[in-house]
Amino acid sequence: MSVRLNDCDPGFKHEVAAEPGSEGIRACFACAACSARCPVGANRPDYDPRRLIRLTLLGRREEVLASPLIWLCSSCYSCGEVCPQQVRFTEVLTAIKNIAAREGHAPPSAKVTAELLAKQGRLLEITEFENQKRADLGLPPVEQRPGDFQAILGIEPDQGEAGEEPR
Amino acid sequence: MKALLFLGCTVPVRNLNYEVSARKVCEALGVELVDDAALACCGYPLKGTDQAHALTIAARALAQARGHDLPLVALCSACAGTLAEAEHRLSHNPEEVARVNAELAPLGLEYAPGVRVTHLVRYLLEEVGLEAIKAKMTRDLSEFTFAPHYGCHYLKPSETIGGLDDPEAPTSMGALIEATGAKVDNYPRLKDCCGGGVLGADEELAGALAGAKLAELDARQVTAMALVCPFCNVMYEGQQKAIAKRMDTKFKVPVVYLTQILGLGLGMTPDELGFKLNRSKPKELLAAFKE
Ligand code: SF4
Ligand code: SF4
Repeated sequence: MSVRLNDCDPGFKHEVAAEPGSEGIRACFACAACSARCPVGANRPDYDPRRLIRLTLLGRREEVLASPLIWLCSSCYSCGEVCPQQVRFTEVLTAIKNIAAREGHAPPSAKVTAELLAKQGRLLEITEFENQKRADLGLPPVEQRPGDFQAILGIEPDQGEAGEEPR
Repeated sequence: MKALLFLGCTVPVRNLNYEVSARKVCEALGVELVDDAALACCGYPLKGTDQAHALTIAARALAQARGHDLPLVALCSACAGTLAEAEHRLSHNPEEVARVNAELAPLGLEYAPGVRVTHLVRYLLEEVGLEAIKAKMTRDLSEFTFAPHYGCHYLKPSETIGGLDDPEAPTSMGALIEATGAKVDNYPRLKDCCGGGVLGADEELAGALAGAKLAELDARQVTAMALVCPFCNVMYEGQQKAIAKRMDTKFKVPVVYLTQILGLGLGMTPDELGFKLNRSKPKELLAAFKE
């Protein structure tokens, strides 16, 4: 596929680099050490860290943000360990995913996660059942104290429906 | 020795065998774990879509830990990694501290740098020490062989949690396994990722990542695979059957927590160490220690 420069947004790389932790994207010299080490790429040839960086540097904003591939990173940090340029691709991709999420591309589970945290202060609900199981093993009870999480996330109590539990 | 325990979301609900064995082993090794019910989530689940709020949540935990003036010790590698990263990021970035503290102020909390964040395994090695741990062992496990799975966030990124071990040739879990007299299998796929990070987005891909390692370990017939993270457990124990089915094959790899191995070496019974909750049972071990 040829790249039409009119479709490119030269500001995209600056937008990504402005997110915390991802300043390193500008230093990428396309050596592909990250791609060679990536376990996801080994199983999915269409997933390639270097390619995602190139597309970002070229300014293919919409293509990158709407791509389902950006959600396939396993967050293993292997790419960063082998990168000679300290690009920190895992963080770069976090930045890209964050921007994508703000523009409505996040998977539905993301909203559920925030709502669960606001409702429970934790991902998994604690009921009497859980605490009984804990007591049977001699473990102290755990509590749900969602107040701080509601305040931080700006989600009012009761507004957050406990949907499907994320895995 | 005293440390503040960071339980996180998953361990206290889904991995009680890890928690109970970790607490018992700490007690036997002279480590007092302090609980604080306010700690809750580390923020990691939000990072992919909203890292600003994820960082505030991590900073909240660090602010609470600071009040205890104790090192913060996590059982989950994702919690340890997330909190260590937050500490690293905030201690290098005054602007982010200002933003985070503006959000924490209404909660009566304030982040300030200085909390030491560590994974339990690291804490045991650095604070109790390998020789002292060895000296406490009362039972010889030399007839068993364990395959450590280090996972990713326990060792990487080395920029924020480095210094304990080499992510490309790790030995720290192996050293603790050998402290019990047991053998360590450093199998070819030792460094492979469990795939847990991508389970929510693509189950098949996650299963392919975990499946390759499971198939290899099944063929090597180790006593059990040893874990230090509840998310790796989701893949290797929780998903094991489904993965074998999808690969159109059969395998059964026993899965244990490293703390359960240490507990056995310290003379505890499988029941005390929560082995009843292991779903992929280490039959060889359980037969040897049947009361
Ligand atoms: S290893 Fe680093 S420099 Fe090389 S292509 Fe990947 S991100 Fe770019
Ligand atoms: S962190 Fe993501 S991109 Fe980097 S090697 Fe792991 S799976 Fe690949």
